[in-house]
Amino acid sequence: MSVLSYLIPISLILGGVGLLGFIYTVKSNQYDDPEGDARRILSGEWDDHPKP
Amino acid sequence: MTTAMRPSVSACPACEAAPGAVALAQKAEAERGARLALSVPGVHCGACIGAVERALSAHPGVRSARVNLTLKRASVEADPEVSADDLVRVLDGIGYEAHELDAGALRATATDRAGRDFLMRLAVAGFAAMNVMLLSISVWSGAQDATRDLFHWISAAIAFPAILFAGKPFYVSAWGALRHWRLNMDVPIVLAIVLAMLTSLWETSLSGEHAYFDAALALVFFLLAGRYLDHRTRAVARSAAEELAALEVPRAVRVTAQGEETVPVAALAVGDVVLVRPGGRMSVDGEIVAGRSELDRSLLTGETVPVFAGPGQAVSAGEVNLTGPLRVRASAVGEETSLHRMADLVAIAESGRSRYTSLADSAAKLYAPGVHILSALAFIGWYLFTFDMRIALNIAAAVLIITCPCALGLAVPAVTTAASGRLFRKGMLIKHATALERLAQVDTVVFDKTGTLTEGVPQVTNLDEIPQEALGVARALAEGSSHPLSQSIARAARAAGVAAARIMDAEEIPGYGTQARWNGQRVRLGRGAWVGAAPEPGTAAFLAIGEGPARAFRFADALRPGAEEAVRALRESGRAVLLLSGDSEGAVRDLAGRLGIEDWIAGALPAEKAEKVQALGQAGRKVLMVGDGLNDTAALAAAHVSISPASALDAARVASDIVLLGKDLSPIAEAVSVAQKATRRIRENFRIATLYNVIAVPLAVAGLATPLIAALAMSASSITVSLNALRLR
Repeated sequence: MSVLSYLIPISLILGGVGLLGFIYTVKSNQYDDPEGDARRILSGEWDDHPKP
Repeated sequence: MTTAMRPSVSACPACEAAPGAVALAQKAEAERGARLALSVPGVHCGACIGAVERALSAHPGVRSARVNLTLKRASVEADPEVSADDLVRVLDGIGYEAHELDAGALRATATDRAGRDFLMRLAVAGFAAMNVMLLSISVWSGAQDATRDLFHWISAAIAFPAILFAGKPFYVSAWGALRHWRLNMDVPIVLAIVLAMLTSLWETSLSGEHAYFDAALALVFFLLAGRYLDHRTRAVARSAAEELAALEVPRAVRVTAQGEETVPVAALAVGDVVLVRPGGRMSVDGEIVAGRSELDRSLLTGETVPVFAGPGQAVSAGEVNLTGPLRVRASAVGEETSLHRMADLVAIAESGRSRYTSLADSAAKLYAPGVHILSALAFIGWYLFTFDMRIALNIAAAVLIITCPCALGLAVPAVTTAASGRLFRKGMLIKHATALERLAQVDTVVFDKTGTLTEGVPQVTNLDEIPQEALGVARALAEGSSHPLSQSIARAARAAGVAAARIMDAEEIPGYGTQARWNGQRVRLGRGAWVGAAPEPGTAAFLAIGEGPARAFRFADALRPGAEEAVRALRESGRAVLLLSGDSEGAVRDLAGRLGIEDWIAGALPAEKAEKVQALGQAGRKVLMVGDGLNDTAALAAAHVSISPASALDAARVASDIVLLGKDLSPIAEAVSVAQKATRRIRENFRIATLYNVIAVPLAVAGLATPLIAALAMSASSITVSLNALRLR
């Protein structure tokens, strides 16, 4: 049963990282334009270097 | 009392500080440069985004431009000297229609704070529920003694902070209801959460078998999902409605001793002289001091025939200037204008609507006391039976948790989200939360004529009576004018393939018509009296060539696309259709005959329209009012449910529950049937939720419920209810 003392914290931490990631995406306006973002990924415009 | 006061007191400093903060932000913005918002309805693909952004960024002075494809909007940061008109022209040049949006009206929806807040709480509840469920499954599948206690303690450690954070909307709402000695849906929810958490903690500390941490979290998660859906539907409708309002940028041209200046309408004062260009809308009540023109008053009165306007005549806000520039001395501005006074009629009429209780509210009214009584009885019964506080409390908590309105909370929002989404794709915007339920009950439909059933655009009806040559002259004269009758003649002649005659010295006499020379003769197209013709009963314009007799061009209002289908479908479904118009009798009889409407009233004043709608309502009819003008506003508000087209005046759109985004009227009939389907689904959902309770509650009262049964009942009912709602799409 000692394996539980590793697995439970690990599962909680991994879930927590996911949660923090989600909160970060909400806070940084990443859900304002879901349709546009889905199209932008296909545009070749800034493929060579990032947008300044 | 002091505790009751506290929230409002603590809230106040923030709201007092807010205006200062807004002013600061505006000042900072002015220094940084202008932020412009454009509505670009034509963007629909990835290539469009690139094209629009490149074109905007290439314009001198633009610092950055970003297209939001979801909202079909472009926001531009630019130097202060860049005006929105320039950018609209730039986009026009590359083939995209664009309109300026009033940034002030949009600011409120720029970031959806409340929606974001819900999303965050939903995520936390979901995260916690998943982890606790993981631990609970181990307990249900047989974890014993120390392991079980450990799992319960970990669950408690996750559940307490998560529930404290995620459940806040429910605590606030329940407290608000309790403070006023009322019960709402949130009171049993909060009671269930609190009781479940406390008894579970108590059980855990005594190494008990049953803990309801997972059930409490799942409850919060499902309920938050319902609230979030509800919020989303309304936020989408609100932001679209605000965009419509923002399209009318409130500006006016003020004439001063120094010249002309463009100012916001709010800055105008009584006595200012305002220049209204042809095509512009009056922003003030006042008197014409200079200029001659014709006015389109259809939005205020429903009349389709433009009226003559000259110096000394009174005008009211909302009228549209047609032919010549007018200078108007303001006698009333802003809230004092007749436009706003008419909107006040709405407030009186609206009180009738708030009497409607939504299905969800009536369910909650039955439900909330029932649940409390049931769990109280279970508690008392078990306490008297066993004299064991622990057992009695555990059973009371189980009853509350199992009856808790997970499915009830999802039943309405899941259906309205699906139905609103479907209607939105058809071009209808559901603004009011209970609009669908009210729409489903409609048995009488009242239409306005001008601008609603008709486009408000006249069409020539007697084109074949006019000789080719005269038509050519008429086309040439008409093309030089922006008057709606002239434009209609030009359009009809173009469509008939008649070439314009060669005329010379054409000039427009504002308020009268256009005249020119053709083959050495004077030719005139305009009002009857000016041309020298006897007046006609309907809408007409006259063409005189030389000294010859004048020829009449007769007009009828063009039907809006889909008007016939909508009226026919509504009549076929057994609903009474009425036509109430402020226009003259002849025009109304004509249209009613074309559409097969037997019941019509012409020449109705705004108050008469509202009275008629109210009288129908008092006679027990459920009235759907469809109208667009200011003269319809009171009737729109008095009706059981109301629809207005997007071309309607702002006040009419605000007063109505549903806005038609496209030109087509045919979705109205479909909306009624979708609304009926939606109400049927809502009722089905209530029945499903009740069925689960009928099965699970006896188990809970009998003390046979385990956390596993609670979790199964809750998830299964929530999922069935959501799936049932999805059938509407």
